[in-house]
Amino acid sequence: MDTLVHLAGGFATAFEPLNFGLLVLGCTVGLFVGALPGLGSVNGVAILLPITFFVPPTGAIIFLAAIYYGAMFGGAISSIMLGIPGASTAVATTFDGRPMAMKGEAHRALVAAAVASFVGGTIAVILFTLFAPPLAEFALRFGPAENFALMVVAFATFVGLSGDDIPKTILSILFGLILSAVGLDIISGQPRLIFFDLPGFYKGISFIVLAIGIYGIGEILWTLDSSKGRVEIAQHKIGFRNIVQAIIELRKTWRTMGLCSLLGYFVGILPAAGATPGSLMAYGMAKSMSKNSKNYGKGEINGVVAPEAANNAASTGSMLPMLTLGIPGSPTTAILLGGMIIWGLEPGPMLFITHEGFVWGLIASLYTANLFTLLINLAFIPLFIWVLRTPFAILAPVIFVLSLVGGYAPGSSLHDVWLILIFGIAGYLLRKLNYPMAPAVLAIVLGPLAEKYFRQAMIISHGDVMTFVERPLSAVFVAMAAVLVCMPIYSALKRRRAAAG
Amino acid sequence: MRRAELFTAVVFALLSGYLMWKSAELPVGWIPDKGPAGGAFPFWLSAAMLACSAWIFVRALRGATPESRTHGPFMDGPTVKLLAMAGGSLLVALILITWLGFYVAIPFLFVFWVRLVGRRSWMTTGILAVTVPVLTFFFFEIGMRILLPKGITEPLFYPLYQTFF
Amino acid sequence: MKNLAMRAVSCGIALGVGLGLVSSLAVQPAQAAWQPQKPVEFVIMAGQGGGADRLARLIQSIIEKNNFSNQPFIPVNKGGGSGAEALRYLQDKAGDPHVIMATLNSLYTTPLRNPGIGVDISKFTPVARLAEDTFVLWVNSDSDIKTIDDYVAAVKAAGSEKWVMGGTGTGQEDSLVTAMLEKAYGLKMTYVPFKGGGTVAKNLVGKQITSTVNNPSEQLGFFEAGRVRPIAAFTPERIGVFPDVPTFKEMGQDLVYYMQRSVVAPPNMPKEAQDFYVEVFRKVNESAEWKEYTTKKALNRAWLTGDDLMSYFVAERDKHHDLLKAMGEIK
Repeated sequence: MDTLVHLAGGFATAFEPLNFGLLVLGCTVGLFVGALPGLGSVNGVAILLPITFFVPPTGAIIFLAAIYYGAMFGGAISSIMLGIPGASTAVATTFDGRPMAMKGEAHRALVAAAVASFVGGTIAVILFTLFAPPLAEFALRFGPAENFALMVVAFATFVGLSGDDIPKTILSILFGLILSAVGLDIISGQPRLIFFDLPGFYKGISFIVLAIGIYGIGEILWTLDSSKGRVEIAQHKIGFRNIVQAIIELRKTWRTMGLCSLLGYFVGILPAAGATPGSLMAYGMAKSMSKNSKNYGKGEINGVVAPEAANNAASTGSMLPMLTLGIPGSPTTAILLGGMIIWGLEPGPMLFITHEGFVWGLIASLYTANLFTLLINLAFIPLFIWVLRTPFAILAPVIFVLSLVGGYAPGSSLHDVWLILIFGIAGYLLRKLNYPMAPAVLAIVLGPLAEKYFRQAMIISHGDVMTFVERPLSAVFVAMAAVLVCMPIYSALKRRRAAAG
Repeated sequence: MRRAELFTAVVFALLSGYLMWKSAELPVGWIPDKGPAGGAFPFWLSAAMLACSAWIFVRALRGATPESRTHGPFMDGPTVKLLAMAGGSLLVALILITWLGFYVAIPFLFVFWVRLVGRRSWMTTGILAVTVPVLTFFFFEIGMRILLPKGITEPLFYPLYQTFF
Repeated sequence: MKNLAMRAVSCGIALGVGLGLVSSLAVQPAQAAWQPQKPVEFVIMAGQGGGADRLARLIQSIIEKNNFSNQPFIPVNKGGGSGAEALRYLQDKAGDPHVIMATLNSLYTTPLRNPGIGVDISKFTPVARLAEDTFVLWVNSDSDIKTIDDYVAAVKAAGSEKWVMGGTGTGQEDSLVTAMLEKAYGLKMTYVPFKGGGTVAKNLVGKQITSTVNNPSEQLGFFEAGRVRPIAAFTPERIGVFPDVPTFKEMGQDLVYYMQRSVVAPPNMPKEAQDFYVEVFRKVNESAEWKEYTTKKALNRAWLTGDDLMSYFVAERDKHHDLLKAMGEIK
């Protein structure tokens, strides 16, 4: 009951004219920042921080949370429209979103992404409202061993992802993992794989560089090749009715939405995991549970719904450790945390007690930001579709410019832009030979986390690998991973036996 | 196609070898009590990649993949030309960025693609070549505060900074 | 194709001429004191979200809020290789008046550990030291350890196998402080490196590790919630926010270590530009926001500038050289 009273107070705060204006503005800005590859909520939140000096802290945090939400929705847009994941959390969205757009169903994919994001976000905020403190305590029980076991689960979902050539998939994963090892090894504190002694390699190779190279530059080269220069893009004409229809069609996906939202949320609250493994696991789960898993990767609507529901739920989840423990679960929340300190608010266990109004205002604004981002997103869909109709000769340089700027922006480094060109050409050539590239892109995100947790766990257990099975929580995850790996093999065997007998 | 498939496997094998050698700059073993050493992960992953390239090579030799059964050329003449053009335009753009900055490279890309490849009117080309850099400047530099490299054209932007910041 | 190339070249020429015209029109107004002509790149030699980043962004917002500079300071994180990337970047920007860098102790340790990057910090232009962050020994409040004697006994009883000290990357500040502590009391512990101070703090609360040497700012939230307990401070005097926590010095151990928070500029920065930045940071140092933050977070406001700052850097670098050598991290 207390919760409801607090929440009502929070809503009153969120709907004050100034706060409400900031909310709508933040959602819109976030949507566009998130839609640009290379830019994400991190940029939006970090850079708009100074603006917030002119408004009171509650308004400021509402504004920033709105940007955060907007960007989460926006990530899916470039995944679907351009095939370039706007953020690592949206990689899984390209698997089915892009094929849908190619088939002329971009509006269905966009609507599905928007609605799934909304559902994921809302379920997460409800859970957040009800169970924030106990869940935060639960998250504390995750040490390096548990975090590593969780990464194993994420890697196990790779098996469910790929129907491609097996050795080529493995090679792609390995290559991504090796690229992720470039830079500084924090455990020994020594630099490694600094190719040709170029200082640009000290910071490692970021996900965004590989993704923009492969999906931005590589995709254009691929399109040029497959069309022999005469690119025709399917014409789309979208009206209000198509969008309503697309929303109604989503009824069939409620199960995927619900389950993936829950999964995403729980992965998100773990301080070290975040939304990328969450979206990946959700996609793997949806695919392995589906009766027509063969359609996945070819434009299955559940394949868009699953990662989007999960990644939004996870990013809401990642706010929880920030608020209750003062530990950022993602770089964006890390910057939000910085903002709160500047406003004289100390995130941590005491925040709920010392600044109750602020916390509930923020929670209420999460509900409203979510709803308004959905509405704004749906309203802009015809505009996004219009972008798809741009002639190739104009779209190509636009994507090149976005790729170059988007590659430069995160690290302010031209070194990265050169890498993008190299990855783009290499990615295109490998794609021609049927090497799957998505596993490499995801491996570069998960690789550094997995290695670090493994080695921390090893130091703590003094080199005893059994620690992963002896610790109960980690044992559960290891068992889960084993099931995930064995299931496709088992069903393949069964199919073969059925075909034989 | 078949030759390209075999060739790629060899390239990956060589790359794995190089990566193993490079990773071995740090110790690659298992430190008792502490687990893997600094270079262990990339080293053993590269070793696995070497094995994987060998596997791919053997499969290609035996014609197990569709690519290795196709004997046509990897790329035909017109495709090579098209791709050289795309790759070349990006290479020129990157050199321009380093030397003269983004705001010269962006119009170059538009003139090249819209006018020379797409054969649209100078009007369309001009509008795009001017509006995109202007939008880029306002969105990235003024809005997002990401300064893009400008090479030797930097001083031209001083008055703009003075006005908008 | 040839025709195409010709047309491309002529477009290029036209563009060049256009730009030339614009540049001749852009006349700079004469000014008495030097001021930045463009936004200042405020390089942070650490990744996003860490303690150094938060402090640098706080400084940036103080500058912006109070209009201390006509052009904005734009934070750019270059945390790669414990700041190796940032140090090399600054070195390569020699003479550039529009770049400055927020540093921490990796200013000394990173070039010492990576001679390959070829950075000599004594060539950098000193701007200002704004603060010194302090270190405190922490345990989880569920443990029975109340004093340093309890702590030493507990570590000895547990043995190096079971006693897990968490900290930042190997060769960084936390590992140096741990090494000093081990040496002073003849202890041996298992040191686990984590990505940042915040993660270390969380792992102590979650009992994944048994002690830490966090900065007060990283543990303050948990301390106020009663989840962690400070045992002793690595400072010469007691820390204002923890009046009841003794220092190692009081107990006869000369264990003092600081994390400096300074700003440096590239080698050969023009004198006028250096003066401008010193002035900006002087204003930051005297601002109400800075005073409030440093008091609350137990940072020493240790203003130092000019040649004094450079001699401090050189002395500290030599000290770290000896520390790292004693740890066996460098030859």
